Amino acid sequence: MFHEDDFFTRITTSCADMDNMLGGGINCKEITEIGGVPGIGKTQLGIQLAVNVQIPLDYGGLGGKAIYIDTEGSFMPERALQIAQACIEDIETNGFYRKDFHVNMEPTSFLENIFYFRVCSYTEQIALINYLDKFISDHQDVKVVIVDSVTFHFRQDFDDLARRTRVLGGMALKLMKLAKQFSLAVVLLNQVTMKYTEGSFQLTLALGDSWSHACTNRIILYWNGNERYAYIDKSPSLPSASAPYSVTAKGIRNSASNCKRVKMM
Amino acid sequence: MANKLISQMGLQSSISNIFAARNIRTAKDALSLTEFELMELLDVGLAEVRLAVAHISEAASPPCQTALSVMKERCHEFFPTQLKGLDEALGGGISVGALTELVGPAGIGKTQFCLKLSLLGSLPTAYGGLNGRVVYVDVESKFSSRRLLEIGANSFPEIFHTEGMAKEMAGRIIVLRPTSISEFTECLEKLKVLLLQHQVKLLIIDSMAALVTGETEQGASMNQSLGWHASFIKSLAEFSRIPIVVTNQVRSQISAEASQYTFQARRRDDVLEVPERFESQLVAALGIQWAHAVTIRLVLEAKSGQRFIKVAKSPISPPLSFPFSITSSGISLLSNDGIEMPGPQINTIHCQGHNDIINFDGGRLL
Repeated sequence: MFHEDDFFTRITTSCADMDNMLGGGINCKEITEIGGVPGIGKTQLGIQLAVNVQIPLDYGGLGGKAIYIDTEGSFMPERALQIAQACIEDIETNGFYRKDFHVNMEPTSFLENIFYFRVCSYTEQIALINYLDKFISDHQDVKVVIVDSVTFHFRQDFDDLARRTRVLGGMALKLMKLAKQFSLAVVLLNQVTMKYTEGSFQLTLALGDSWSHACTNRIILYWNGNERYAYIDKSPSLPSASAPYSVTAKGIRNSASNCKRVKMM
Repeated sequence: MANKLISQMGLQSSISNIFAARNIRTAKDALSLTEFELMELLDVGLAEVRLAVAHISEAASPPCQTALSVMKERCHEFFPTQLKGLDEALGGGISVGALTELVGPAGIGKTQFCLKLSLLGSLPTAYGGLNGRVVYVDVESKFSSRRLLEIGANSFPEIFHTEGMAKEMAGRIIVLRPTSISEFTECLEKLKVLLLQHQVKLLIIDSMAALVTGETEQGASMNQSLGWHASFIKSLAEFSRIPIVVTNQVRSQISAEASQYTFQARRRDDVLEVPERFESQLVAALGIQWAHAVTIRLVLEAKSGQRFIKVAKSPISPPLSFPFSITSSGISLLSNDGIEMPGPQINTIHCQGHNDIINFDGGRLL
């Protein structure tokens, strides 16, 4: 079991502080849930990971392909192109780029390696996640599955919350199985809602308490003053910590602020 | 896809009949149950259930594309607002195939913006318009044809002074006045038909908040209904490739309002800045679920007597704020260089120094 850890590969987030906090990046073979308020950068991070997974192994990627499941219509391919372009430029300027690489480093080829599904109802979401078993068997170079967002269709169509919990539970199990079987990373983007705890209303990730147990890792993206931070809310191996990041024209990057530091709890 | 019939999926007839016998007719019926529930209900083994579910899932899954094919297919269209700085910030204009929200306090200029947009929608493409029909859902009876023609005459005098053109343009704008959410839902269904015939090029809903606040049912069921409408409107935009603009109102922020997570409340040493609670702090109506649902949010606010339009939420734009004013030709930006607003302040809505209500029946323009 100890040796398994060596085979845990990670996908860089393009933000060194966040990567350091995560022990290198988003973990394969696990489900990572990422939640936050509208506009904090969840879709941006999702697109960044869909691009970064394609980076060759030597540069922090997995040389693999991505599946992007869009339940809200937030995915804009032009933005993915912009992020891919910036990613290629960064690799080239780092000076390690060798001409004999077989990798086709064109932004459009990065877009070709992102399998895109537009889901319009929770039925389609469940159907697709069931179908991924077969799809990924046929496309074994897929190394990340991103669901943006896992919440949207589950917030309104269910009258029976107990049923919703069962269905979500089943979906989480399927995704966990996929992650382990194909050694890929599963990233689920979640929305926020309000909950009355500890004497006041507080923000919390949506889908309820039972769902919060379903994912292996949970990261919350939040505002602290004028800066964006990522906080590890749940992890089997990493301590709680937060790291600043920013959303730029190039994608997710380190925060530009001078007082940045990874804060341990 | 959810309503795809199991009987038409090519399942083995034995299992297909069992599904029918237990009244599980659509993909939605089958996939809403867990494997064990299905085993129990159909009285078949796990392996058989798994096979059937896999088959149904494959049939009900959405089609696969690559991000590249999506980009080529959509060739992302934008609907220029003709406000240069804003169009540039938005990547070309109002996103086609997405839901754009205009939120701001009363009298700030949301309806004015909508009137200008509806005009642009009806204009010939040579003038930057969409050359099509516009559906304007006017919940609060704010639509003013007089003001529309005034904007037209001042912005595009060449067209509007031509004989009969003004009438033709105005004739392309269909104004609907639903008085309840259920009537609104009916309107949307009828709209689908018009969209299929490629006649409507723009949908404006002014305002979504007014529709909702008029209802007697509140709370969870209203949230559900709102969620359903958001989802439906977005699908409509995407599949008919039209821009949809929705306006939203504001309400005051209650001090007991949530703005922090549990882990933040516990870490008292760390908070760099307490979000400002003084002044006239307003928030968008319709809640956080709605805020998640809109693709692009444009906030209109007034600070020290100056109005601003801010790009608060957008997958492709930086957070920029533009000062604007309301003129006889609609809305115009006072500067095409937006002010960058890092941080959550891009989302806050101010209403300072803006006390005059625009009154177009002989009133003053600010």
